[in-house]
Amino acid sequence: MSAAITLYVPRDAAALSVGADQVAAAIVAEAEARKLPVHIVRNGSRGMLWLEPLVEVATPAGRVAYGPVTPENVAELFDAGFLEAKPHPLGHGLTEEIFYFKHQQRLTFARCGVTDPLSVADYQAHGGFAGLEKALKMTPAEIVKEVTDSGLRGRGGAGFPTGIKWNTVLNAPSDEKFVCCNADEGDSGTFADRMIIEGDPFLLIEGMTITALAVGARQGYVYLRSEYPHAVETLREAIRIAYEQDWLGSNIHGSGHDFHLEVRVGAGSYVCGEETAMLESLEGKRGVVRAKPPIPALEGLFGKPTVVNNVLTLTSVPVVLAQGAAFYRDFGAGRSHGTQPFQLAGNIARGGLVELAFGVSLHDLVYRYGGGTATGRPLRAVQVGGPLGAYVPESQLSLSADYESMAEAGAMLGHGGLVVFDDSVRMDHMARFAMEFCAEESCGKCTPCRIGSTRGREVLDKIVAGIDRAANMILLEDLCTVMTDGSLCAMGGLTPLPVKSAIRHFPEDFA
Amino acid sequence: MTAAAWNAERARAIIDSHRSLRGALLPMLHALQEEFGYVDADAAPLLADSLNLSKAEVHGVITFYHEFRQSHPGRHVVRVCVAEACQARGSDKLVDHLKSKLGIDLGETRADGEFTLEAVYCLGNCALGPSALVDDQLMGRLTPARIDGALA
Repeated sequence: MSAAITLYVPRDAAALSVGADQVAAAIVAEAEARKLPVHIVRNGSRGMLWLEPLVEVATPAGRVAYGPVTPENVAELFDAGFLEAKPHPLGHGLTEEIFYFKHQQRLTFARCGVTDPLSVADYQAHGGFAGLEKALKMTPAEIVKEVTDSGLRGRGGAGFPTGIKWNTVLNAPSDEKFVCCNADEGDSGTFADRMIIEGDPFLLIEGMTITALAVGARQGYVYLRSEYPHAVETLREAIRIAYEQDWLGSNIHGSGHDFHLEVRVGAGSYVCGEETAMLESLEGKRGVVRAKPPIPALEGLFGKPTVVNNVLTLTSVPVVLAQGAAFYRDFGAGRSHGTQPFQLAGNIARGGLVELAFGVSLHDLVYRYGGGTATGRPLRAVQVGGPLGAYVPESQLSLSADYESMAEAGAMLGHGGLVVFDDSVRMDHMARFAMEFCAEESCGKCTPCRIGSTRGREVLDKIVAGIDRAANMILLEDLCTVMTDGSLCAMGGLTPLPVKSAIRHFPEDFA
Repeated sequence: MTAAAWNAERARAIIDSHRSLRGALLPMLHALQEEFGYVDADAAPLLADSLNLSKAEVHGVITFYHEFRQSHPGRHVVRVCVAEACQARGSDKLVDHLKSKLGIDLGETRADGEFTLEAVYCLGNCALGPSALVDDQLMGRLTPARIDGALA
């Protein structure tokens, strides 16, 4: 027993939130006391968040998982021989054989939880920078064509074809262009951006560098929300290392290409996740939405042609380049190509991240992967796509999770978050919350959103209190129509989606 | 969370150190808040001067963003998530518990300066809610007993 045994204890914020640091410290202390040499790698999360802190032990057969581990469990795990991967009630066998993990199609999250997030060597040993190395030998038009052919669409929610956006920026004449990553992941029920930034930050750096090569930009910004302090720290450190190892900066690996990248931290404004509000915020202004046109691809940051893409879009780019457009395009359903990292959240037994090709049913996600509600009570509603997404009733969970099927059903996929509610939820309260959230977070530029949300909250207060319900329901319907048709951006325009879906599917809560 | 007392000289130096950035106002405000715990009213004219903006523009930016504080927070800041995913896991009860334990409402600082309690919309810990940020420590699977332990 002289060679150190390698253990993995995640450094992901979700794992830290339930004591991963304390578990790592307890393992080190226990190993020292027993004079057993161990080597601890602080990896990203595997995405099986209900098992966090998930400790893995490296064995010749693969990594063996134990979780959720508390510091109090550590001594008994040693007693049981977990360093030799022996059984224990917290043991789950080989990590990659766990049902939840085994059946995923991990393209974007392929390395997340596997590698040391801040090791370039580890990143490259697992296929990292292969996409960029190819891109460095291609012309901008060739890169854009590859991405267009892959069918990749914007993962932020709108689903706009990425290649078409890039082509607009590529063909816009300008002395200066920008690549901006929207990492203002404010939707409740979503954490994929945070997880990939904390678990595989070089992937985002690689994706943004490829984007810059494709459109002719030399400067990039990541707009990262302040509520994610761990992600900010990890990404800044990764950028520092990338500069040090010549993956960022001037003349990257002698290619003649320059790309500079900087993290900018948001300040608690949800609407800054809207691309033009984000650009205003990056310019140091109030995060007020801009009228379009002009589109950011032509007049974006500081008035220059700018690619604005979500984290999950940009982190899908390296695999498209590395494996080719056809490989990526073969995943998915209909016009939704590739994979989507779905996030299972709220009242769910097995919450976490599940990356699968588009087209999986919501039912499979919630039950086969998620295991139903955490409380064990009947499931009543699933809000899909964040605070601006529809509430889907249990009876409609057979819906296919792809852009078109969701839109047809009057819902949206958004950023791929699913928030599960059991039968204790009151849907009139959730409808009121949607309006309250909009009132709180509206940028204030357009009247339907700014005033409409406040009036919406007031009307729903009356409905919840049972005051003149029939008349107020008509008023609420009217108000929703005005907000949908008259708002400048998705904030006011989509707030009626959760409200109206709650009314449509759960009328008994409004009667 | 020990913040330095407001000092105009120090503030000016912080502002100057960020002047080379494009769109520097938010980074400057973050740096000032990091140093002093809040953005003092006297910072606005310094920022306006440095960036060639009007004081009104600077004030407009400070007040637009939830994150920037205009007065000293408590020694400990508890930011509890009230968004949908945490609601689905019973954040309402956690908020009620915190209000009665700390004796303050959301958005308030206790008279003895010990605690500030704030609502936040989503901390990205939506599978392990209810969640809160206690100072810079993210906490998940919160129960009244667990948060009491953290605040003890």
